[in-house]
Amino acid sequence: MTRVSEHINQALHDLMESDPSVHLLGEDVSDPYGGAFKVTRGLSDRFGSRVRSTPLSEGAIAGVGAGLALAGDKAIVEIMFSDFVALAFDQITNFAAKSTSMYGRPVPVPLVVRCPTGGNRGYGPTHSQNPQKHFIGVPGLSLFEMTPFHDAGELFARMFRLARPCLFFEDKVLYTRQMYRTDDLFRFELVDDVARVYLDGAGRPDCTLITHGGLVHRALDAMRTLLLEDDLVCELLVPAQLYPVPRLPGLEDARHVCVVDDGTEGGSWAAEVATALYPRLWGRLRRPITLVNSADGVIPAAPHLEREVLVQADSIRAAVKEGLS
Amino acid sequence: MIVTAAPARSPRHALYDGDLRSLLLIRHFERALLRLFEQGVLSGTTHTCLGQEYVPVALSALLRDDDFVFSNHRGHGHFLARHPDPHGLLAEIMGREGALCGGVGGSQHIYHRRFLSTGVQGESLPVATGVALKLAGSGALACAYIGDGTWGEGAVYEALNMASLWRVPLLVVVEHNGIAQSTPTSAQMAGTIAARAAAFGVRHHHVTSTDVGEIREALAPLVDTVRAEPSPLVVEFATHRLGPHSKGDDTRPPEEIRRARESDWYDRYAEADPERFARIDREQRELVERVVAEVSARPHSRPGGSA
Repeated sequence: MTRVSEHINQALHDLMESDPSVHLLGEDVSDPYGGAFKVTRGLSDRFGSRVRSTPLSEGAIAGVGAGLALAGDKAIVEIMFSDFVALAFDQITNFAAKSTSMYGRPVPVPLVVRCPTGGNRGYGPTHSQNPQKHFIGVPGLSLFEMTPFHDAGELFARMFRLARPCLFFEDKVLYTRQMYRTDDLFRFELVDDVARVYLDGAGRPDCTLITHGGLVHRALDAMRTLLLEDDLVCELLVPAQLYPVPRLPGLEDARHVCVVDDGTEGGSWAAEVATALYPRLWGRLRRPITLVNSADGVIPAAPHLEREVLVQADSIRAAVKEGLS
Repeated sequence: MIVTAAPARSPRHALYDGDLRSLLLIRHFERALLRLFEQGVLSGTTHTCLGQEYVPVALSALLRDDDFVFSNHRGHGHFLARHPDPHGLLAEIMGREGALCGGVGGSQHIYHRRFLSTGVQGESLPVATGVALKLAGSGALACAYIGDGTWGEGAVYEALNMASLWRVPLLVVVEHNGIAQSTPTSAQMAGTIAARAAAFGVRHHHVTSTDVGEIREALAPLVDTVRAEPSPLVVEFATHRLGPHSKGDDTRPPEEIRRARESDWYDRYAEADPERFARIDREQRELVERVVAEVSARPHSRPGGSA
């Protein structure tokens, strides 16, 4: 039984142990504090100056990470709350991402920017966002997100193998959940790096949900209720790579597809997934792909108001039922 | 306006042939670019360093092969003083075969060996700090050229703070030419660069000379300290931009442009050593003419394969 935050922490320990060229930088990442979410606990005690607590300078932290990468090392940068990655937008999009191709030949920039992300913790408008959508479609930049089904160590290795900057989102509520656990009704398997969560022996599902790591448990809650109360069978696909959108397995038989995204609506990851799927599924779809997003508004601090804005299990359930009606 | 000591009419130190070659290569290269623009042969934009050539030429002898150099939008001189490859640079600017970066980067985005330029103000300083963090203790340093206008960017302060805290070998070369595009320094900078460096506990050295030998003599021990301690250093040059910001966009009053011309190294070195100067001046002018002819005749470039 391992919590997701402990699992990522162990992956960072293993990575820094096996690869002395890896550096880790971020605000308050050093011991004894070990990061705002304790994901970097024990690293500075063990790896010394390769782990650095930095000044409050997200732009320069990302830039220093890119510099270390340019000089032949590898860097993991932690942005304490993903909302703050806006402060590093220039370094990430104009420098790190563009550098992989703007010099006329491939330039490796092994840089991973870790972004604790998402709401449902009452932190309010500037500490709760899912800003993934602002980084979609940036040449040279890849987006990943932690899920309860993917080994974090393998994801770090994969991101570094790409040799281009990657944003790695880690949902703050997911940190507290267990790895490799689903609802007792469902099983999961990895198909081409995409987690498939399904009802054993159920055959063709009524609806296939597609979501990112932070929404897995809300999606599972919705799937449980849909099964028990509405007699609808759902399957769930969870890619760890968000962008470029990977090949999503098994959708050819889908009766209905619903993409669930905790980012605000408008120019969203969900829309990007749907755009990738329409040409492939056109002619087989019986109805438009349903997109579920957080509301077009800031994320309030008060829990009852926050709940209304973010995607919840009941809003997923309602969207699936409406899509199938 | 920028305060500059009146330049000595006669340079105190004789120039090596190599330095004079480098100065004049850059001068004729930049002049050629403005001519090519007038002829409508170049696309996009360019920023020439006319008048500021002596800054990278003076520094080039203080830099080692394993140093990393970061340059900016006004970077042709920085490049040519380190890598005398006018063919590759012009091919890059013109998008012709043999281009340093396949024609993708153009004038402002060059990556060649350990020389890298990028076009967003201040963006390079955090990256240079990261490179310097890696180089610390090896004796090598990261050198970043910025301008006076760059000090408006927050990235500069974030980087200086880290460079000072972490004691990294970062040499920040400020080409303070008194004007940011069209805005005089007096209208865009409160206080001074020296005081800003001091606020971060970073050494600052002000250079008013345009004499390559004199500048080197003063900077050599300071640059050695950057490597040995290691520690960051800001070297601020009081310099002058003779030409426009880019091309044909000079709105300065004529007397100001005249003042800038009076501080130019070109006439002074010509007077100090007329025969040798004339010989090398002609040699470099003709070299650039040949480079322009050769590169102009080449086919268009394509981005290449692996680094």
